[in-house]
Amino acid sequence: MPNANHYHLRMANGDITLASLKNGQIGTIRSIDATDPQVQRLMVLGLVEGTQVQQAGAAIGGDPIEFRFFGSGISLRREQAMRFTVTHDSVD
Amino acid sequence: MSTKARTSETRVALQDIPKRRQADASIAVVGSPNSGKSTLFNRLTGLRQRIGNYPGVTVERHVGLLKTDGCMIELVDLPGTHGLSAHSYEEQIAIDVIFGRMAGTQPPDGILAVVDATNLYQGLFLVQQLIELERPIVVALTMVDAAAAAGLKIDIDKLSTHLGGVPICSVVATTGQGIAALRDAIIALPDSALPRPTTAWPELTALATELASTAAVPMRRAEVERLIIDGATGVNAHVLECLGADAAARLASYRDRLFGLDPPLAREARVRYAWVRQVLGDVQERMPVLLSWRTRVTQFFNQPIPGTLGLFVVMAIVFQAVFAWATPMMDLIDSATASLGSWVGSQLGDTAVSSLVADGVIAGVGSVIIFLPQILILFLFIILLEDSGYLARAAYLLDRAMRAVGLSGQSIIPMISSFACAVPGIMATRVIPNRRDRIATILAAPFMTCSARLPVYALLIAAFVPAEDVGIMNLQGLVLFGLYMFGIFMGVLTALLLRRTALRGPKPPFALMLPEFRRPNLRTVLMQLLGRARVFLRRAGTVIFAVAVIVWALAYFPRSMDLDAALSENEAAALQLEQSWLGRAGHFVEPAFAPLGWDWRVSSAVIAGFPAREVVIAVLGTVYAVGDEADEATLSRRLKASTWPDGRAVFTLPMVIGLLIFYACCLQCAATLAVIRRETNGWGWPIFAWVYMTTIGYVGALLAYQLL
Repeated sequence: MPNANHYHLRMANGDITLASLKNGQIGTIRSIDATDPQVQRLMVLGLVEGTQVQQAGAAIGGDPIEFRFFGSGISLRREQAMRFTVTHDSVD
Repeated sequence: MSTKARTSETRVALQDIPKRRQADASIAVVGSPNSGKSTLFNRLTGLRQRIGNYPGVTVERHVGLLKTDGCMIELVDLPGTHGLSAHSYEEQIAIDVIFGRMAGTQPPDGILAVVDATNLYQGLFLVQQLIELERPIVVALTMVDAAAAAGLKIDIDKLSTHLGGVPICSVVATTGQGIAALRDAIIALPDSALPRPTTAWPELTALATELASTAAVPMRRAEVERLIIDGATGVNAHVLECLGADAAARLASYRDRLFGLDPPLAREARVRYAWVRQVLGDVQERMPVLLSWRTRVTQFFNQPIPGTLGLFVVMAIVFQAVFAWATPMMDLIDSATASLGSWVGSQLGDTAVSSLVADGVIAGVGSVIIFLPQILILFLFIILLEDSGYLARAAYLLDRAMRAVGLSGQSIIPMISSFACAVPGIMATRVIPNRRDRIATILAAPFMTCSARLPVYALLIAAFVPAEDVGIMNLQGLVLFGLYMFGIFMGVLTALLLRRTALRGPKPPFALMLPEFRRPNLRTVLMQLLGRARVFLRRAGTVIFAVAVIVWALAYFPRSMDLDAALSENEAAALQLEQSWLGRAGHFVEPAFAPLGWDWRVSSAVIAGFPAREVVIAVLGTVYAVGDEADEATLSRRLKASTWPDGRAVFTLPMVIGLLIFYACCLQCAATLAVIRRETNGWGWPIFAWVYMTTIGYVGALLAYQLL
């Protein structure tokens, strides 16, 4: 298990990954590393570039994470959440 | 399962089958899970439903009839699917039916697409694919009341235009609003015009049309589209074959042109959702808020610690309710059957008929019926947890714990369902995408304490565990809780062992849609509960009735006339029972179970319980009633009084603990074995499960009796 702080590092262009959105924060998906079939499944469920998502909770240990988007909710593992680069839209 | 072989079989078979069937038209009900599909299906068809099987593959087929003057339409409720690319076995079933690949069935004459108005985003992704099937289609927009409450205004006319003129009906399935109009639209469907294809992905449509144009057999364009996107695997391999000799080379170049280096599924999602977003921008005044007030309220319980604590509280409430609420009802049924038995005995005198009715039927069947309240309360809670969307949440909260044993949170839903009954629990594993993960879950599920084990536990605990209070808990409750925990432990251990040996593989993925909490619909809940009660009572009235009568006959005959008159009535009855056929058979098998401390009565009851474990109660009820002249005695009182020939009590604490362990482990359920065979497609796993579980049960009971 890598250090948890690792996930909160901002990416070079200022974007962060879905995994580092904090509770209640909203982000818009900018790019996706779609090589993992699991990630492709998430895309079929609607997590594609341009989708606005909100972090809505997590299980113990911060994994899996729950997100809401366009009226649906989905839980996914941190590992997959890190494949989605997002821009942070609002500061609560 | 060779899907390819199945497909070609279907094609041959379809040409031979004369076009004769009950209904005038067959409409497939398609929607994503949680779109309100089942509620709508129930509302449309009411009680005119039947559950059958698809011939060849024993997959449940939910069919309802829609009758109007002179015409009968069959609605087929399909498992929920998010799209036409299968991710799990359950989705594969839905897709196979839609394409008419399911053996013995024809492609549906039309499609009823169910879309949740509060989740148009995902709904339109599916509808878009369904329109490309070039079948008559009507869209039912469900939960429009919830959408209105959330401030979502949807321009239905504009949406219909975007969808190529597809009729759209707004409904609220829970209240029945809009159902009449939808029914009319469904009846008109088979004769209505085909939808115009959407403009979502013209490049794909063009390539598919071109590829299909040279096919030897006329091909459905949507099938060719799936071939281009999903590649020539599984059922698509057959599609490729039909396309002709040079199709493979052309397919490769088409896929190259369309996707380049992008994964095709990712490209499909990007293109289709881009179109959906564009449509939504036009038909909705504003996009849905991300968090509604309702979600805000529940958001607290989405936090790691409160969420997990909440889960334990919910489970504790369910557990408590099953035992506390059912007791008064059970006591009532118990005393009613006992006094009915003694009344019949007093009316009919000491005859064989009187014994048959009182000891066979009333004592046998009555001892099983008594558990109806408990089982219904248990099912009620499982149904409520499922319909409110909480089960999915439990899966997500427990994903991490399941990962430790090599499974994922997705195995939680089948396991919790198995507390009611392992059969629906095992069927619920169909949503697990990977076969190895699925089989490990299937083999863990029968260890969960099902509602048929409950009567055995409840009887033995009530009879042999003192009703003392230990702190705030009752000792009897604690023992029962311990048995539930033991079942979970054994199931999880089994999964862990299998994942380390025969079912080794990469760790299972986890991604699960989490529906918003919703109030379960009373009507749907009651219909499911009623169905459960009917199944239970039908079993009690048929299988258990028959077993009770047979066991009674075996225990009653042959009558010996020359009993010593000096014997008391009870001693005479006991001697008579010993000499009966059942008594002799029981003595024959007794040595095998003697190391466990079981006398011949318990042994024969356990053996009779192998097809269905609740039968053991009926057998004990009958055997002890025949061998006991005391009126109005309940089964538990009779068990306590039971002794070996030398006067030692049969039911000692180590023996009872061993018996409980045996029941916690042993796979005494023909229905579960049948469903494991069906879901794993062979006899290997069910035989393994039976031998494995029976061995553990026997050894466990042996150790308990010998060591305690």
